[in-house]
Amino acid sequence: MTSATLTPGAALGGQRSDEVRYYEDVIRLFTIAAVFWGVVGFAAGVFIALQLAFPALNLGLEWTSFGRLRPVHTSAVIFAFGGNVLFATSLYSVQRTCRQFLFGGEGLAKFVFWNYQIFIVLAALSYALGYTQGKEYAEPEWILDLYLTVIWVTYAIIFIGTVMTRRESHIYVANWFFLAFILTVAILHLGNNVNVPVSLFGMKSYTVVSGVQSAMVQWWYGHNAVGFFLTAGFLGIMYYFVPKRAERPVYSYRLSIVHFWTLIFLYIWAGPHHLHYTALPDWAQTLGMTFSIMLWMPSWGGMINGIMTLSGAWDKLRTDPVLRFLVTSVAFYGMSTFEGPLMSVKPVNALSHYTDWTVGHVHSGALGWVAFISFGAIYFLVPVLWKRQQLYSLRLVSYHFWTATIGIVLYITAMWVSGIMQGLMWRAYDNLGFLQYSFVETVAAMHPFYVIRAMGGVLFLTGALIMVYNLWRTAKGDIRIEKPYVTAPHKAAVGAA
Amino acid sequence: MDLDSITVALRSFWTLWLMLLLVGIMAYAMWPGNRNKFDEAASIPLKDDGQEF
Repeated sequence: MTSATLTPGAALGGQRSDEVRYYEDVIRLFTIAAVFWGVVGFAAGVFIALQLAFPALNLGLEWTSFGRLRPVHTSAVIFAFGGNVLFATSLYSVQRTCRQFLFGGEGLAKFVFWNYQIFIVLAALSYALGYTQGKEYAEPEWILDLYLTVIWVTYAIIFIGTVMTRRESHIYVANWFFLAFILTVAILHLGNNVNVPVSLFGMKSYTVVSGVQSAMVQWWYGHNAVGFFLTAGFLGIMYYFVPKRAERPVYSYRLSIVHFWTLIFLYIWAGPHHLHYTALPDWAQTLGMTFSIMLWMPSWGGMINGIMTLSGAWDKLRTDPVLRFLVTSVAFYGMSTFEGPLMSVKPVNALSHYTDWTVGHVHSGALGWVAFISFGAIYFLVPVLWKRQQLYSLRLVSYHFWTATIGIVLYITAMWVSGIMQGLMWRAYDNLGFLQYSFVETVAAMHPFYVIRAMGGVLFLTGALIMVYNLWRTAKGDIRIEKPYVTAPHKAAVGAA
Repeated sequence: MDLDSITVALRSFWTLWLMLLLVGIMAYAMWPGNRNKFDEAASIPLKDDGQEF
């Protein structure tokens, strides 16, 4: 590839209409970090899945016990993999949709990159050593929370500054979603981490709010971490990368405006559905349930907008496995945002809560939606960032797609069966009114499904390793000799033959 | 009537205010005069940005 010699952001002959220069070094770094942490996070997931099936893998050490490694897995996939994907894609697309270099220059962006990676390593080490706030997805102790705040505010300054100095008069819808994600995550992080340290040099701290209020603040945070980190942020990716890859404008820009405002307004109220049948007042539980059900509409509106962007170009799904990743992710988004409100309905929740069904639901969103749209965006970005004309192999992308898809199907079906079985066993009574099963009997019954789930995880990880190989060869500039995808309509191909 | 009681009275209609806000957003999104602006906005990612080489 002769184009490999082009420097990032260099003017490309007469092709570019203006003199805008884009900063791509840091996007490359974020992309590498995303792929690296993705593999680490998926591997950690496979390991803890195997721990659940075979407890001997806890190794008898406190540092490698499930309780400490589970937050390592969740933080690695959400904040390390997902976070770096969001940094890469948001800072890439904001420059192009605003026709502007990153605000604050190269230094500020590099500052965010390196400090975020250091934060990830420190957080993971602290979990393994037993330091945690005990709040799901908000495990880092107070000192790390402060460190993350500095990094996040810097990121916000870069992004908002770029939008404010834009040369495009309209703020493109993807940037609205990224803005909502950045601002809301900042507020959530500050709101849920109001802690008092026990000592100035110690890690331990206690929350200011206590009791059910503390639980409510935690799930206001927790559900909106899903809503704004894993949804709004990745919808920003959808609104830029699906049109870009399909080479078609978004299906309905009007719908995207309605989608944005309704989604961000409704999501923020849905948190109480994590606390059904607890000490939380009934009216608050019902409020959470009602808003969760109302979320069906913006979620499905957004899904329709993403998928229908392909109308008139459906044939590309057959010939472009990268687009297949992007579109399948939106389909998974539709599926998991259908399942979520269903599970928030109190009588359904009475069966599903605390069971593996919840775990399966989270993973149909995390693997199917978040990871798939990330893979699609990464496959799009790597050839562009490394100035290659194409990926090393589209066939390998297709192998990745099918391996990962089968992995997800194994994962979520195993968790559906296991979770519903678990819920039914917990509530079963015998004819004398005693509980029919002891807790340990429900655990034993879940064993085969834990093994199937771990196998699904192995397939998903294998797919990611295929991606790493493909991206590595792409960055080197190699092109695999393989049967190309026929892009012409089938009839024409037959006629030509 | 002091300011506090006015605030309380207005707040009790919060569903109405939010509904009006939603109607306003829908009207903005669907307003015929905005059609060209949104069509143009939709094509922002597809503009030549020097990625093709």
